[in-house]
Amino acid sequence: MTALTALTHLQRLEAEAIHIMREVVAEAARPVMLYSVGKDSAVMLHLARKAFHPAPPPFPLLHVDTTWKFAAMYELRERAARAAGMELLVHRNPEAVERGINPFEHGALHTDMWKTQGLKQALDQHGFDAAFGGARRDEEKSRAKERVFSFRSASHAWDPRRQRPELWNLYNARLKPGESIRAFPLSNWTELDVWQYIQQEAIEIVPLYFAAPRPIVERDGMLLMVDDERFPLRPGEQPQMRSIRFRTLGCYPLTGAVESEAATLDEVIREMLLTATSERQGRAIDKDDGGAGMERKKQEGYF
Amino acid sequence: MADHQHAYAPDALIGEDIAAYLQRHRAKTMLRFITCGSVDDGKSTLIGRLLYDSRAIFADQLAALESDSRRVGTQGQAIDFALLVDGLAAEREQGITIDVAYRFFATERRKFIVADCPGHEQYTRNMVTGASTADLAVILVDARKGVLVQTRRHSYLCHLLGIRHFLLAVNKMDLVGYDQAAFDAIAEDYARFAASIGISGVTAIPISGFRGDNIVAASAQMPWYRGPSLIEHLERVEVVARDAAGPFRMPVQWVNRPDLDFRGFAGLIACGSIAPGDAVRVLPGGRTSTVREIVSFDGPLDRAQAGEAVTLTLADEIDCSRGDVIAAAGDPPQVADQFEATIVWLGDEEMRPGRGYWMKLATQTVTATVQQPKYQVDVNTLDHLAAKTLALNGIGVAEVFADRPLVFEPYAESRSLGGFILIDKESNATVAAGMLNFSLRRSQNVHWQPTDISRADHAAMKNQAPRVLWFTGLSGSGKSTIANAVEKRLALMNRHTFLLDGDNVRHGLNKDLGFTEADRIENIRRVGEVAKLMTDAGLIVLTAFISPFRAERQMVREMMQGCEFVEIHVDTPLTVAEARDVKGLYRKAREGQLKNFTGIDSPYEAPDNPDIVVNTVEMTVEEAADHIIRHILPLK
Repeated sequence: MTALTALTHLQRLEAEAIHIMREVVAEAARPVMLYSVGKDSAVMLHLARKAFHPAPPPFPLLHVDTTWKFAAMYELRERAARAAGMELLVHRNPEAVERGINPFEHGALHTDMWKTQGLKQALDQHGFDAAFGGARRDEEKSRAKERVFSFRSASHAWDPRRQRPELWNLYNARLKPGESIRAFPLSNWTELDVWQYIQQEAIEIVPLYFAAPRPIVERDGMLLMVDDERFPLRPGEQPQMRSIRFRTLGCYPLTGAVESEAATLDEVIREMLLTATSERQGRAIDKDDGGAGMERKKQEGYF
Repeated sequence: MADHQHAYAPDALIGEDIAAYLQRHRAKTMLRFITCGSVDDGKSTLIGRLLYDSRAIFADQLAALESDSRRVGTQGQAIDFALLVDGLAAEREQGITIDVAYRFFATERRKFIVADCPGHEQYTRNMVTGASTADLAVILVDARKGVLVQTRRHSYLCHLLGIRHFLLAVNKMDLVGYDQAAFDAIAEDYARFAASIGISGVTAIPISGFRGDNIVAASAQMPWYRGPSLIEHLERVEVVARDAAGPFRMPVQWVNRPDLDFRGFAGLIACGSIAPGDAVRVLPGGRTSTVREIVSFDGPLDRAQAGEAVTLTLADEIDCSRGDVIAAAGDPPQVADQFEATIVWLGDEEMRPGRGYWMKLATQTVTATVQQPKYQVDVNTLDHLAAKTLALNGIGVAEVFADRPLVFEPYAESRSLGGFILIDKESNATVAAGMLNFSLRRSQNVHWQPTDISRADHAAMKNQAPRVLWFTGLSGSGKSTIANAVEKRLALMNRHTFLLDGDNVRHGLNKDLGFTEADRIENIRRVGEVAKLMTDAGLIVLTAFISPFRAERQMVREMMQGCEFVEIHVDTPLTVAEARDVKGLYRKAREGQLKNFTGIDSPYEAPDNPDIVVNTVEMTVEEAADHIIRHILPLK
């Protein structure tokens, strides 16, 4: 018999995430995994494959699409779902499609209609009662207090004062008709944990996380990548090739790049360890109405 | 602020050889701890400081923190670290922390998860939640104030939840001139108290969260202190899972069955370790087998240990499903259905002794009732007080009866198999956390005696299908009258029946019960048990009880098999029943001579989804009886 050693922090985090996923599958009637194609989603999907091996994960993937993601994300999305043997559902808010909602003209409405409303529509339409999300508590202050099993009313509202106490690893998954759960298996992971795990498990991620020469314009202090011909150039703007990468991925017109030469995982992690800004900083979404922006969005049903 | 430099300057290795650095960091272990303190002990400041010193805060967050500190901070121009961790908008406005928040930081040796719990009395709930997953408790004391009532309360709760390592952080040493005598007095005072409630192994450290003294490195201000800094201690505490060494136990979470050839049992190992070929026993059934393979995504494993989430296949085809526990064959855990437990009430509505709640223990979910507490613990004095129930944040010891045998271990031996939650069946709220102390002897000695004439035999001899026709409705709604008419019709059809009437039962079986909520619950439980025995004997049982609470009717429904329970709502409006007032009870209730009268000063919870509704305003007794008979036939 081999001697017992303390599990490493990644082993403990992995076991916790797998336990959470199996608990949801055992207790929910119709679970789904929200898949945004980012690195956290990639880790979550990998953990799901481990949790249910040799079966494929017993739920579909759902991508709430805005039509404005990076082209490289759409490409990996299809491949990752196929590799996992999972059904991929893509939802685009039909009203946003019809009105041509876009980040250039519609500002905050873009996020609300495509993401917040789109997510609610997709969950209602398919009758999902549990949705896995890749959010981490270290991302943002209001996340730090969210439960692993987070309850949403029939109208998808989150009430931070009515959260169920979560003791040990016992999760109460009981719902009334119409209510649903958001389950966060990566709650206790940090950005560094995610990167270390991607490296340890050799998980494929969107190449945009690695530095390469890409066409960008500098606008309002952000480096924006001109990912397709829909990007409206302002007078005098001329895309230039610069070596950039992304720390977080979303809609390409809203996601700021960083100048970087980090082209491998090791280099990306080194840069992360030595860097001085947090990963959400590149996102416009948290800055709406001061520090309470995310908390308010969550109460309205944002993931 | 004296020092803004980071105590954890980035390791030079990161720049020089990132691969070597990462290799070293893969072996990091993890420690989960909880911080407890009273409102002004500087808890948030300490956590903010830990995050700051370990570089868990980025420049943009720091910039926001600096501007927030000037705007709403309580430290003048200095950085108010508390603002880093006071998360929700409501809290920032009130300047208090109202819920458990989890924080993360890492040093070169460990990753830490901090449960940040508020210190207010009304939030015992949050403390207990944070303590349930913690390996260590940091108890903060203000050096100017010493050990307070709250200090004792928090320590008791952490000890109750099974935390074994205690770190007494005597904070704000800068405000007492870094005085050794002040520190020694508090450390001694606390050690005395800790020993008195069974806490051993307290490490006391004098610190200043605000100034950073003894947080990371030894403080130049306190040369008299020669022990470890706070971080040094947190890095060194032994964290080999205490469950790793015991006999193997794995609660089955999910059965993995992708095709007919594969049947794997997935779960988180609660205790011990396992290897292919090990003999196991599946509880509560008791069948034995051996482990064929530990299946994993990365190929079969040679061994797995406590804390790992695995999938096992067994050599034999034996019954095993979610809720079962796979255990070492030679050293299985206990199985029982009656326990003594310590219960922490977390619900806004107080505990109802005798009511059925969902009880979730590991992966087992059963219906359980909690008896009237033996005593309640005053968390401030630790005195035992008499109690009829437990209200929000109440802690007490009570007997718990489950409706099925549970695989368990005392909480002192296993958090996984000894800790449980109770869930309200109506609201689905998590209303209590509990810790099993031991099983009751009478439960160990009472066994099910197998009998040769089965319940199916009894029913077949009577040529009928057993039923419980459960009439519920207000007093005077016509339950007994209609039930009587239904029974007469069944008798004419040669069916074997029995009518249990509310008033009649209270003359005998239940004559010791009154009309308080607890007594009404017990009244229905007993009637349910009697009805169940009668269905076992093959009878069609009719019951006529007000049975005002949904939860108790549901409890009886769950006692019965399949669709044998038929809920019949005799839906007579209060005004009609009161106008009839056959027994003169409404008049007495209105005059105040009769307390707890349903519909007057005690609620009636109408069925949400009854199997049959009869309305005595629109139907005659005969019509109502015919309606019910049509619904329940053919009864075979």
